[in-house]
Amino acid sequence: MKELGKEKLMAESASTKEEVFSLDGVNVYYGDSLAVKDVSFPIYKNEITSLIGPSGCGKSTILRSLNRMNDLIPGARVEGDLQYHGADIYGSDIDPVQVRKIIGMVFQKPNPFPKSIYENVAFGPQTLGMKGNLDDIVEEALVGAALWDEVKDRLKDNAFGMSGGQQQRLCIARTIAVKPDVILMDEPCSALDPVSTYKIEDLMMKLKEDYTIVIVTHNMQQAARVADKTAFFTVSSNDEEGSRTGVLVEFDETGKIFSNPADQRTQDYVTGRFG
Amino acid sequence: MTSSSVPKRSRSAMDASAAATQALYGASDPGLRIRSIVFRSALLLSMTVALIAIIGIISWAVVEGGQRLSLGLLTNNPSSFRPETAGYRPAILGSFQIIAGVIALIIPLGVGAALYLEQFANKQRWYNRAIELNIQNLAGVPSIVFGILGLAFIVRGPLDMGFIAAAGSATIALLVLPTVILASREAIKAVPPSLLEGAMALGVTRWQAVWKMVLPAAAPGMLTGIILAVARAIGEAAPLLLVGAATFVTFDPNFWEGGYSALPVMIYQYAGRPQDEFHVLAAAGVLVMLGLVVVVNSVAVWLRAKYERTW
Repeated sequence: MKELGKEKLMAESASTKEEVFSLDGVNVYYGDSLAVKDVSFPIYKNEITSLIGPSGCGKSTILRSLNRMNDLIPGARVEGDLQYHGADIYGSDIDPVQVRKIIGMVFQKPNPFPKSIYENVAFGPQTLGMKGNLDDIVEEALVGAALWDEVKDRLKDNAFGMSGGQQQRLCIARTIAVKPDVILMDEPCSALDPVSTYKIEDLMMKLKEDYTIVIVTHNMQQAARVADKTAFFTVSSNDEEGSRTGVLVEFDETGKIFSNPADQRTQDYVTGRFG
Repeated sequence: MTSSSVPKRSRSAMDASAAATQALYGASDPGLRIRSIVFRSALLLSMTVALIAIIGIISWAVVEGGQRLSLGLLTNNPSSFRPETAGYRPAILGSFQIIAGVIALIIPLGVGAALYLEQFANKQRWYNRAIELNIQNLAGVPSIVFGILGLAFIVRGPLDMGFIAAAGSATIALLVLPTVILASREAIKAVPPSLLEGAMALGVTRWQAVWKMVLPAAAPGMLTGIILAVARAIGEAAPLLLVGAATFVTFDPNFWEGGYSALPVMIYQYAGRPQDEFHVLAAAGVLVMLGLVVVVNSVAVWLRAKYERTW
């Protein structure tokens, strides 16, 4: 953790385009098979970067390699240069557990803990031994996730009694309770109805003032609505070897990706001619 | 719903709807119906055979030993010449001591082994797969083999504990340990991986996530497995005969020294005597043991129903 010191992580930069992540020639393997090949793009501070593309294009794989969640999958391996504020995330002196504290994650299906609403949010700060009044931390996180008004009178209730959208916002509250720098979201609205989806998107726009957000989504309208930058991935199949590998086609301002993409494959995908 | 409970009007409505169904889909094939009746009867027969055996044993024990059921049966010491006042006191105490020792051993060992295999072992390594396979096989090894193991390694050999209740406990614990590990592993497997992921995404260590999230979620299932293993341990006689429970004790046993007995072993000894009075005593002992097993299993069922969770 020497190079990945807290001061450095939270360092403010004069530039509005401070790079939080920079990926350069990143390959991800599952066992012997190459899942994503040669991915290079930056992720900027206080922006929402969306990763889009058809199933199997490796967008979730890239997302999960940003906070080393891929380490939990046996045989997963990352090659290339994946830097976070100038420090190699896969460096030998980096503790993946610390990486996950600084770079939080929200999952596709809401996965609250089988505990009370309060305990769900308090679990992280409590386990990590964070300083401060736990009640205040919980309240602050729930306010931050736009959930406080709905749950303040039933903090002791089991989290499973909430609606899907509330559960997902609880998962976001749980994530921001440990005060991360980046929030990764893996298709956070794919299990939610449109109203809940709208609430989460609204929340994301607020959260990006304090956090850097990376979101994987299947919903192109969602990417167009919320993201500042968009990376489009696709699958390149090699029929001789029978292998399918994800590649990054294009990375740019979201407006450009959806209105005037440079690559024909992006054009086909965003206009719905493919995928 | 029995036909008598259905009012006449709705019965004719049901007939009408049956007729409508028949008109739409055609009449059902009588051959299929006969086959399904035959199949159902065969299944019913299999169940009946199992049930008759159990009912037979229980009613024999009740008819034979019911007259001897009294508090004295539990609190009196055994006797080899006065069957009318003899009881099971040291055997019951011995069984309880053995069970207490078994529980103390299988909870940490069984849960620990299951957690290691499910959460920490790399399943791509051949030795971890070999361990898994062997545990499954061990669960099917006859109990007498564990008795010999206990005699050779616990009573004598490396541990050299002698013929004491603690040695019986250790032997029975080894016997039921594979079952506990398998049940605990199933309980851990039933916990969705998203729980572990969600906790680890907050930056807690794997150990913290397992200890605080996975283990509590798996605990009810593990508990059920442990209780069922204990129920089995209560009834085990064969391995205990080899590790010292064969002595006819007429005093309260001490866990760490001296002879001991257990309920099933005592029943075996009474049943082997020529006098009829002792056979009655043996049957009464069977009732005591059945009662004990029913209590233990009921606790398991109750716990399962209480903590059952759907994800």
